[in-house]
Amino acid sequence: MAENVFIALQNNPDAQPIIEAIIQDNEHAIVNESPGMVKIDCPKRLVIKRETVEEKLGREFELQDIHLTLISLSGNMDEDEDEIVLQWNF
Amino acid sequence: MSIDIKTATIEAKRTTFDHIVEKLGEGKTPTRYQEAVFGHQAEEVFHYRPTWDSERELFDARRTAIVMNDFEDLLDPRQYYYGTYVIQRSKQRESQEKNFSVVEKRGLLEDLDAVMKEKISKVVVPFRHAEWGANNNNYYIAGYGFQTPITAAATFQGMDRLANAQYLTSIGLILSSNDPAILDQAKDEWLNTPMWQGLRKLVEDSFVTKDWFELHVLQNYLLDGVFQPLLFKHFENEVVKNGGAAFAMLTEFFVDWFVESQRWADSTIKVAVKESDANKALVESWINKWQPTVIAAADQLAEFVFAERSKDIIQQIETELDARSKKIGIQVQEK
Amino acid sequence: MTTKAKRLNMNQKYQLMTRGLDWETTYQDMDDVFPYDKYEGIKIKDWDKWQDPFRLTVDAYWKYQSEKERKLYAILDSVAQNNSQLSISDARYMNAVKIWMQGVTPLEYNAFRGFCTLGRGFRGAGARVACQFQAIDEMRHHQTQIHAFSHYNKFFNGMNQQSRIRDRAWYLSIPKSYFEDAMTAGPFEFITAISFSFEYVLTNLLFMPFVSGAAYNGDLATTTFGFSAQSDESRHMTLGLEIIKFMLEQHEDNVPIIQGWLDKWFWRGYRLLGLVGTMMDYMLPKKVMSWRQAWEIYWEENGVALFNDLARYGIKMPKHHETATKEKNRITHEFWSTIYQFSHATALYTWIPGNEELDWLSAEYGELFDTVYRPRYEYWKELDDKGERFFQERLPVVCNVCQIPIFHTMPDDPLKNCCLVSEYKGTKHQMCSEGCLDIFNNEPEKYCQAYIPPQQIYQGNCGGATLDDYRKWLHIRDEDTGEYYGSEDHQMWEKWKAQAGKPTDEAA
Repeated sequence: MAENVFIALQNNPDAQPIIEAIIQDNEHAIVNESPGMVKIDCPKRLVIKRETVEEKLGREFELQDIHLTLISLSGNMDEDEDEIVLQWNF
Repeated sequence: MSIDIKTATIEAKRTTFDHIVEKLGEGKTPTRYQEAVFGHQAEEVFHYRPTWDSERELFDARRTAIVMNDFEDLLDPRQYYYGTYVIQRSKQRESQEKNFSVVEKRGLLEDLDAVMKEKISKVVVPFRHAEWGANNNNYYIAGYGFQTPITAAATFQGMDRLANAQYLTSIGLILSSNDPAILDQAKDEWLNTPMWQGLRKLVEDSFVTKDWFELHVLQNYLLDGVFQPLLFKHFENEVVKNGGAAFAMLTEFFVDWFVESQRWADSTIKVAVKESDANKALVESWINKWQPTVIAAADQLAEFVFAERSKDIIQQIETELDARSKKIGIQVQEK
Repeated sequence: MTTKAKRLNMNQKYQLMTRGLDWETTYQDMDDVFPYDKYEGIKIKDWDKWQDPFRLTVDAYWKYQSEKERKLYAILDSVAQNNSQLSISDARYMNAVKIWMQGVTPLEYNAFRGFCTLGRGFRGAGARVACQFQAIDEMRHHQTQIHAFSHYNKFFNGMNQQSRIRDRAWYLSIPKSYFEDAMTAGPFEFITAISFSFEYVLTNLLFMPFVSGAAYNGDLATTTFGFSAQSDESRHMTLGLEIIKFMLEQHEDNVPIIQGWLDKWFWRGYRLLGLVGTMMDYMLPKKVMSWRQAWEIYWEENGVALFNDLARYGIKMPKHHETATKEKNRITHEFWSTIYQFSHATALYTWIPGNEELDWLSAEYGELFDTVYRPRYEYWKELDDKGERFFQERLPVVCNVCQIPIFHTMPDDPLKNCCLVSEYKGTKHQMCSEGCLDIFNNEPEKYCQAYIPPQQIYQGNCGGATLDDYRKWLHIRDEDTGEYYGSEDHQMWEKWKAQAGKPTDEAA
């Protein structure tokens, strides 16, 4: 059954810590690479945590900065200063 | 397979698009501004009439009484396309943000005397609603206007006005130490105190003004030409003189922005006026129709701020506006 | 007196920044101030329930966007300085760029203007602001595309006459009529059509595989503006989903209206994207993903998940989605066959794919491709080898709704043509599918107005009765059209390669 949410990011150094953070925080995340981009699928819910990104990056990170590398997403989105959540509610 | 030519000459077949060549003549290299604004609005073969305006086409020159041989002549003297616009604004934002943060961190407004503080919260903070009105009007021009030079610039102007409204909000919040009640009070002033009603009625009248060029004249020339200097020149001077130098740091953006946006308003209106006597007569009729009301609305506010000096200040503002009008080729009515 | 300022978080700050900026007008009636947001029948009880998911203030917007623009223009400058067009996989690839510039870029412009009207038109301030941001973003996309293509236009044909063919060319009526259909509708339908149906449901099919394909084919300029635009797009998609949920939550009477629009715009968008699928399958010399595969990922997986999510509001899957899925193995081949035969009336070149590409298509599309389309291509190739390149003499009949030539086949029989007729006020109108027929029958008054290029040509309204006359009227030169092999683009590419000392193509 179709139930994945996804986020796609440019495949560049800026996105790397975000991608790593997503993999760490989302056990069921599946990473698909294609030229220039990385698409990460996850059943029902995917979370991006600021703290984890900062850990990977080694310095402060504002979640809104994700807009500089974001390509696309799917799912209901909720964003605050600490995390971005994508999810389906069914 | 990708190929690698280091030494070969790669000859271009053409310098730019045909419609630009037609406009600028053969052999000219266009600027990015010109490529961004010329030739993009659909001109013919409209498939369906708008359900919201079935008398006209989707893009239709007849949404203003102004007649131009070529509406693409209404150029932006700043030559903003999106990239240059956001880069310029982002530079200004950086210094504006620094100013805000210095004033906030050091509490530079706190020592201001109570009378001045009250004046700011009664005059500057409610003006965010007028800026919001200006935002709406410019999106009207951007949506229903004709051709790209004017609609693109109106979009930037609309965005600028939302920024202005948000900067004024920030000023209010600094003043109130982040207590949002100051915004609610300001809105109450805007809606109910007599001194704001002249302006509020004008803004609401502008919301139902259908001719987009008339709206351009009313909003970006008259309302701005009177209220921007009133607040961000004369009132600001007043605050600075009374120990509020820090206030000028908070309104720096407005001052720079107004100088810039005036150039755009003057230049677009000048081009339209120069085009024909009929356009000139129209613009004059709009100025004659609206200017007295705009001045009267400013009077109400000025009285509160400047008391007995208000007549002088308003006269000064109107003299400057009339001088601008003469410069752009408009016959100014005797007062 | 000093009170310690409360620290505000991002959300609170955003709320305050726009707090109560608008007001209920009293000197003018609200219905005069917002004259267009009621006539479609959408009922909004409380605009304050509208939540902007991204909460961008203008100064934050300037900050992020200027950073993106600096990067983008640095790359565009370097593309021009280094003649990066030499790094593309093959000059055939440029025809995908031409389609983009001729057909998609004008839509960005229209989106800009359309969202400006919504940025003024919605009664709710939050929705208005969201649309204003989108409007200026769309302007960005339009201008960055023009600036990116400006360099390619100096070398390749088919882009220089863009602003002339945009309105006139028969095949560009497909995207043009699509967007004008949305813009001439009311604001709620427009936003459902563009923000939701197009951007949320279908745009991934356009941008993701295609831009990734541009990257794979060495087109740095398109890759850069494409991905950079897409970062704005994800904001727009979120707006699309929010506005749909908002309308659905506001009043139960809205549900059937919205369902009708979803049905219409799913189909309209799907038909339009057939063109993009064709770019992916045929115009990218190095393949990234087939249309079939993209459809499975972005529609059957992601799109369906979205509709599952909306089921709780009583929203059903869009009508005729099964047909779209049935067509996934054939639509791009039918499209390419059509463009191939009519490319002398377009500012594009077409060709028969090489053997390796045919093998890839066989692998992706299986038996149907091998039995129906491959033999056709092989036959045309034979004709071409004999010097009898196959072109049609007259323009095809096009669908009265989507304006695509009526080449589509029956949902359950890929060998049988589908052409449906509806009679309205004594005139017969032809449609390509049940989907388009439904759309026509729901709004016959609208689709009767459509400008149908082939009919106009035969009535002598387009410069004359022959395709030659028509082509001149479009400002397309002979050299800009027809077969790729031997074309000016091809010759130039071969010359560049020869100069670089690289082997040229085997004779095509």
